[in-house]
Amino acid sequence: MKILVCISNVPDTTTKVKFKEDNTLFDDSGVQWIINPWDELALTRALELKEDAGNSVDEVCVIHVGGTQTDATLRKALAIGADKAIRIDGYPADAYYVAGQIAAYLKENPFDIVFSGIESSDYNGSSVGAMIAEFMDYSGVSSVSQVNIDKDELILYRAIPGGKQKIKTEVPLVAVVQKGIATEPRIPSMRGIMMARKKPLEVKAAVEMEILTKSVKFDLPETKGACKMIDSEHVEQLVELLKNEAKVL
Amino acid sequence: MSVIAFAKNWNGKFKNSTYELVSYTKNLADQLNTKLIVVSIGEVNNDDLKNLGKYGAERIISVNDPKMNILTSQVYAQVISEIAKMEGASAIVLSDNESGKAIAPRLSVKMKAGMASAVLELPISLNPFVVKKSTFSGKAFGHVQIDSPVKIISIAKNCFGLVENQVDVLIEEFSPHLDASLFKIQVLEEEKQTNKVDLADADIVVSAGRGMRSPDNWGVVEDLAEELGAATACSRPVSDEGWRGHEEHVGQTGKVIAPNLYFAAGISGAIQHVAGISRSKCIVAINTDPEAPIFGVADYGIIGDVMEVLPKLTEAIRNSK
Ligand SMILES: Cc1cc2nc3c(=O)[nH]c(=O)nc-3n(C[C@H](O)[C@H](O)[C@H](O)COP(=O)(O)OP(=O)(O)OC[C@H]3O[C@@H](n4cnc5c(N)ncnc54)[C@H](O)[C@@H]3O)c2cc1C
Repeated sequence: MKILVCISNVPDTTTKVKFKEDNTLFDDSGVQWIINPWDELALTRALELKEDAGNSVDEVCVIHVGGTQTDATLRKALAIGADKAIRIDGYPADAYYVAGQIAAYLKENPFDIVFSGIESSDYNGSSVGAMIAEFMDYSGVSSVSQVNIDKDELILYRAIPGGKQKIKTEVPLVAVVQKGIATEPRIPSMRGIMMARKKPLEVKAAVEMEILTKSVKFDLPETKGACKMIDSEHVEQLVELLKNEAKVL
Repeated sequence: MSVIAFAKNWNGKFKNSTYELVSYTKNLADQLNTKLIVVSIGEVNNDDLKNLGKYGAERIISVNDPKMNILTSQVYAQVISEIAKMEGASAIVLSDNESGKAIAPRLSVKMKAGMASAVLELPISLNPFVVKKSTFSGKAFGHVQIDSPVKIISIAKNCFGLVENQVDVLIEEFSPHLDASLFKIQVLEEEKQTNKVDLADADIVVSAGRGMRSPDNWGVVEDLAEELGAATACSRPVSDEGWRGHEEHVGQTGKVIAPNLYFAAGISGAIQHVAGISRSKCIVAINTDPEAPIFGVADYGIIGDVMEVLPKLTEAIRNSK
């Protein structure tokens, strides 16, 4: 079995976001780029599955739609342990475009399982994974918090309101994964970094694809008023404020 | 022409977020000068369906089929798109929850319709169609323009509220023709947290972090939550350490919530934590460190030890009732 992990290249989570050109474009000057946190966890779980002798996963590849400047992120994925990285050379304008590009690659190069993170921490679209499933006419499961493969049988857990469901399904499948899928992301080892240099990073031209949405403007949230401090000896004042001022009790 | 709201039920019941969805979509349909159609899939009894009329659902198309009680995104997207085509829908609105996240993107591809998720209010403009959503994990808002003829949006919880608009309800049954091979998901087991307030729906959340020092200290958090009828939550290190279950973890990589009142006890307020709670109406922070960043986002703060402050707070709330 082969697993393909979709990788999004996002600003480091501590980035202070700024916009330029009259708030129409994200200002990426000085931004540190990382693998999207959920994608990093998905890659970690895919590698754990490959190492587990109880199933037949023998290859884990990563795929990304973006320009040359994202190669460092893909090299990191290779250093963590992916066997191969594929970069579709296109501008990831919206989720539909990104999913369409990945689906076009999948049609030529089939995989059994595709992992995608539940959202990317920049545009928070929550859509690429399930879109790929539809483009491919694959079965899809979202909000997946655990993936196990028992020989060739897929056992997943997915979140439902107030709980979770254990489900059985079959390949080919797109699993959109969220928290719980792996605990800690893997950190590349020195050996991994050395080996990554020799691993293939395949660059493919983008296919013709429509773009259906665009981000036309950004606003920053209004700054909050000062926090009202209450003496720890007089917590009843807090209760009074929550009732009569904030009106939330 | 029409606008469609997809009303997902869980075990045959609707939640407040469904009523909010109907309220929102009714308003959108009025703005677009068109009719609202609510689509329900899976077994729901007629009284529950009729309840949607309180929020403006005049026409409900119900696919009342036990085979469809299990969410299979492929099947649901197929059914909704079939109805949308039949009814000439110009927009489809879903809730931004587990089911919306699974279905909306599939609908987008099926119908070649642009989508925006976790939308925060009614459209900023209808022509062009522009909606506002949270981006950069709550650090900014983005205005997304959808250029396709059909628009798909999922709305964030508590973005609109419940707006009553009682109408007479017409329920129509619909049986789509579905290939048996589409039903590829089999549920083996369901684990539900009973007798606990569901975090995603809670109006009040009592959350605690590493400042609690030990999982053994959580009694004071639970006491406060119980007094308030609140859900409990935690920061990421707490769930990573196994002090609390993963389902309680809020933040950028955990659940994103929007309660009316959020208590952060012994939580530093790291940017990734705040990403999950910044849409709370009111935030109360309790922390020993006056420099903790949580005070920068809180509305009310108490400098003090959680083990002393929380029990006092529980008592003060009890006394105020
Ligand atoms: C990619 C990425 C994603 C992340 N996603 C999330 C996420 O989704 N959610 C999340 O929460 N974190 C997330 N984090 C982690 C985040 O950066 C912080 O490490 C985390 O939120 C800190 O948790 P904490 O506030 O409980 O612990 P700490 O940082 O240890 O802070 C504990 C706080 O408690 C206070 N305190 C200590 N003792 C007491 C006492 N007796 N009484 C009162 N106060 C006391 C301290 O002053 C301190 O402010 C993420 C990090 C990364 C890199």
